[in-house]
Amino acid sequence: MKAPLFLLLAIAAASFAAPLVGAVAGIDPNMVDLLDRLSGPSLMHPLGTDELGRDVLVRLLGGGRVSLVIGVAAALAAAALGTLVGLAAGYLGGWTDRVLMRGTDAIIALPLLPLLIVLAALDLHKLGLPERVIQSDEISVIRIVALAVLVGWTTAARLVRGATLVTRNRDFVRAARSLGAGVPHILWLHILPNVLGPLIVATTLSVGDVILFESVLSFLGLGVQPPLSSWGSMLSNAQELIATAPMLAVYPGLLIFLTVVACNLLGDRLQQRVDPAAASRRWSTKKNRRAERGGERAPGPF
Amino acid sequence: MIRYTAIRLVEIAAILVLLSFIVYALIGLMPGDPIDLMRSSDPRMSAADAARLKALYGLDQPLLLRYAGWARQALAGDLGYSRLFSVPVWGALLPRLGNSLMLMLPSFVLAFALALGLGTAAARRPGSRLDAAVNLFCFAGISLPTFWLALILILVFAAGLGWLPASGIATAGINDAADRLRHLVLPVATLTLVSAASYTRYVRAAMREALAQDHIRTARAKGASEARVVLHHALRSALVPVTTILALSFGGLVSGALVTETMFGYPGMGKLIFDAVMGNDYNLALAALLLAAAVTMAANLAADLAYAWLDPRVSYR
Repeated sequence: MKAPLFLLLAIAAASFAAPLVGAVAGIDPNMVDLLDRLSGPSLMHPLGTDELGRDVLVRLLGGGRVSLVIGVAAALAAAALGTLVGLAAGYLGGWTDRVLMRGTDAIIALPLLPLLIVLAALDLHKLGLPERVIQSDEISVIRIVALAVLVGWTTAARLVRGATLVTRNRDFVRAARSLGAGVPHILWLHILPNVLGPLIVATTLSVGDVILFESVLSFLGLGVQPPLSSWGSMLSNAQELIATAPMLAVYPGLLIFLTVVACNLLGDRLQQRVDPAAASRRWSTKKNRRAERGGERAPGPF
Repeated sequence: MIRYTAIRLVEIAAILVLLSFIVYALIGLMPGDPIDLMRSSDPRMSAADAARLKALYGLDQPLLLRYAGWARQALAGDLGYSRLFSVPVWGALLPRLGNSLMLMLPSFVLAFALALGLGTAAARRPGSRLDAAVNLFCFAGISLPTFWLALILILVFAAGLGWLPASGIATAGINDAADRLRHLVLPVATLTLVSAASYTRYVRAAMREALAQDHIRTARAKGASEARVVLHHALRSALVPVTTILALSFGGLVSGALVTETMFGYPGMGKLIFDAVMGNDYNLALAALLLAAAVTMAANLAADLAYAWLDPRVSYR
């Protein structure tokens, strides 16, 4: 529990402190120094400089900020949306349940990567978004978060629906209902706390997934756009220089790897705390029937 | 069972129809437009020419009408012409499908062999050093960006040691099996390592559950050898859930592996879909996406049916 959490916190702290450190040391992550390109490690630049003479370490940390923000924001938003859908499906039942669950089934059954590429490449002008939004620096980040939420909410929806179905007829919920409690009150105060544990676990795991997803989109040129940069976009830039400066590609990949491993380990350990039985069930396929698959997708080869 | 299968098939057909419409509409929202592209590459073309061409291809019609036209032709078996490759859609699709199978099938088989070996070995001694090592391998594998692994493999084996070619499907001018095999080694290795990691976790969990069952203790008590207990008794019941994962992964054979294909410059289905979408090639993109979706959903159905068939306790009403 301790080690992955510590690693994550360290990476996050370093990333968010990066602009501060850069300012104190007088290094601007976007400062171009064409006379000092692709230099090796030095006192001024601990990890050297990139193809435009920018400091690699400061850029890595700044990129980490973007990657982490995307990962956490998308995981939280997906959990929130999934919770709403799961509560509605589980508590209301009937047609609502059927329609919503067929929807999640369909999303889980589709080959997602090609479809996401279509969505990632959409022309925002043709969607009729205001020019101010399209021209903003953060639009590529918002787009990635939206895509990740679009595919990510199903896990939370299934978890919450399952727990709601189990809890809705328990005595304490019926007691609350008989005392005249409204539906929102019951959902929020009596049902939601019962899924919080598994929900937190799923959200932790999905932070890692989203960071990987962001790196894949950036690798394809559909991810984070300049002036912002993320680990994924740094990695895809570094590809062209792979022969002359391989380390430029190795560093961001290594950071993605460490962050995602930390998220996965943390999620796994949390699961063992929250629900030891479910920890072994997550990878078990014994109860792997459609209804109980818990949103687990087949390992998709990228 | 028959009723269940029929309902699922109808569902798949409905999703495909819906999906084809959504994708058709979305591609219209991509940057660029076929006629505008033509116009920008040919300065002599006037606005009137463009309008005439748009009318000729029906691009001035409302979306629903255009979609209906496409759907009518597609149902009659005519998927149209690929603008990007200048051949009928099937002509562009089939060679890529063959390439993808050549890449995915060996990776698929190798990954499963590796997963069965590692997963079984780890499950036999939970908590052992071997188990910990396998666990580490799994976590590393599912957390690795695929293209980064590919990059490292290229750096080491192609750029560094010079043992293997870094990209392509064959050396120009050489046409023998050995050369093609050499080009397959690195992409197959990448895919195998990445997918073996997640398969191993499933096998390990299934084997652990299987080995904990009563009939295993009975078999041991009757003096069956360890090899017989593991391979005959435990593996048989562990394979039931593993089959499901196998069937679920089957869709990948057709949708390809975009990132790996891009890294190694391998002309497979993943790259085809990507290029078709990016190149505004409606007909090709639609056909390829629908094919991938249809096979994936059929594989899902097969997985569910196989599960019920292999495990008599499961039934679908």
